[in-house]
Amino acid sequence: MNPSRRKFVKTALAGGLAAALPLSALKMLSPAEAHASIGNDKVRWAFVVDTEKCVGCGLCVKACKLENEVPYDAPVTRTWVERYVITRDGKSHIDTPKGGRDGFTSPKIRDEVIPADEITQAFFVPKLCNQCSNPACVQVCPVGATFQTDDGVVLVDRSWCIGCGYCIMACPYGVRFFHPVYKTAEKCTFCYHRISKGLKTACVQACPFGARQIGNLKDPSDPVTKIIMTQRVAVLKSEYGTKPQVYYIGFDERVR
Amino acid sequence: MKNHAWRPFLVAGGAVALLLTVRANVVPSDFGVNGRNFTYGFYRKGAIAYWKAVKVKYRGREYCQDCHEDKEKAIMASPHKIIQCENCHGPAIDHPDNPPKLTIDRSRGLCLRCHALLPYPGTNRASIPGIDPDEHNPRQACVDCHNPHHPNLEDMK
Repeated sequence: MNPSRRKFVKTALAGGLAAALPLSALKMLSPAEAHASIGNDKVRWAFVVDTEKCVGCGLCVKACKLENEVPYDAPVTRTWVERYVITRDGKSHIDTPKGGRDGFTSPKIRDEVIPADEITQAFFVPKLCNQCSNPACVQVCPVGATFQTDDGVVLVDRSWCIGCGYCIMACPYGVRFFHPVYKTAEKCTFCYHRISKGLKTACVQACPFGARQIGNLKDPSDPVTKIIMTQRVAVLKSEYGTKPQVYYIGFDERVR
Repeated sequence: MKNHAWRPFLVAGGAVALLLTVRANVVPSDFGVNGRNFTYGFYRKGAIAYWKAVKVKYRGREYCQDCHEDKEKAIMASPHKIIQCENCHGPAIDHPDNPPKLTIDRSRGLCLRCHALLPYPGTNRASIPGIDPDEHNPRQACVDCHNPHHPNLEDMK
């Protein structure tokens, strides 16, 4: 009775496999349902930088370094301030001495004296991690040491990071660096220890001019959400498709 | 099959078993797809607790004003009210327990962050009174003459 035994084994195997398959695996999710199941439905952190208000004092950079224990004199920083001076000949003069940690106290840019009557535009641009919705840095991590939290912040697992540096290369905004003490990838965390306690980030608190704001995109009454919804804001390098969540007021195309 | 043919299979099976045992012990139990998907949410859940546990060092004006009410009143009546205490006095951390005394930054450089004159008419820097640090009493501390809590020129020391 060999043929019937073979048939029995085949049927039993197929039946067993079918029974092992959970029903949920066969369920079709609508795109809306799939989207709603992603992340936290109450909080999505976002940042607004008002370049019109920034005066380049650099107190944000100082506060960030001390709050987050980034070695103060090492040439690395989680946030920095860039100075742009545009002259009549159309040239851009850009610098960020020590990341703007000690502010901008001299009109000289890279030892170059720029005459005041040659300047057409001048402004300061604070930069920090964009906490992208589609972070390229997370995609390239080979060990799962960097990730996106449910409320949209990209963090690094210091005990899991092998220090390969792929993420530092992948970030289009250059916000990541190698931590000289922990020997792991390091980046702005939106002061996760502060925002999760209801505080503002160290840089937001330190800014005397209100040039930096952090808020919850999923709260329609949040001032930051209102700015993003009602004012003309722009993000850096939107062409990369990373969907950055740091929005700039007073954006200039020369800012990259 | 002869006995010797089974040996490589046993060795391979042993290697797989060893790998699985090591993996089960080394990879933390909370490691896996914890977020939105494998691409962005493949991580160790304990890492979130690590970042939440970082010590808050900048406590904000509200923390200072409970004890230093007079200083807070003075600064709030001046144009310097927009500056947080800790921007000049340093992070409070657990003051007065730790550190018992804060180190005040009385350097020229601190004032020059905003008050060094830069010829940038389009920025708010232009609306802040500014000096040329090389011309205006060079190498003298600003606080020798100006009181940062009463910065108006009538209240100069």
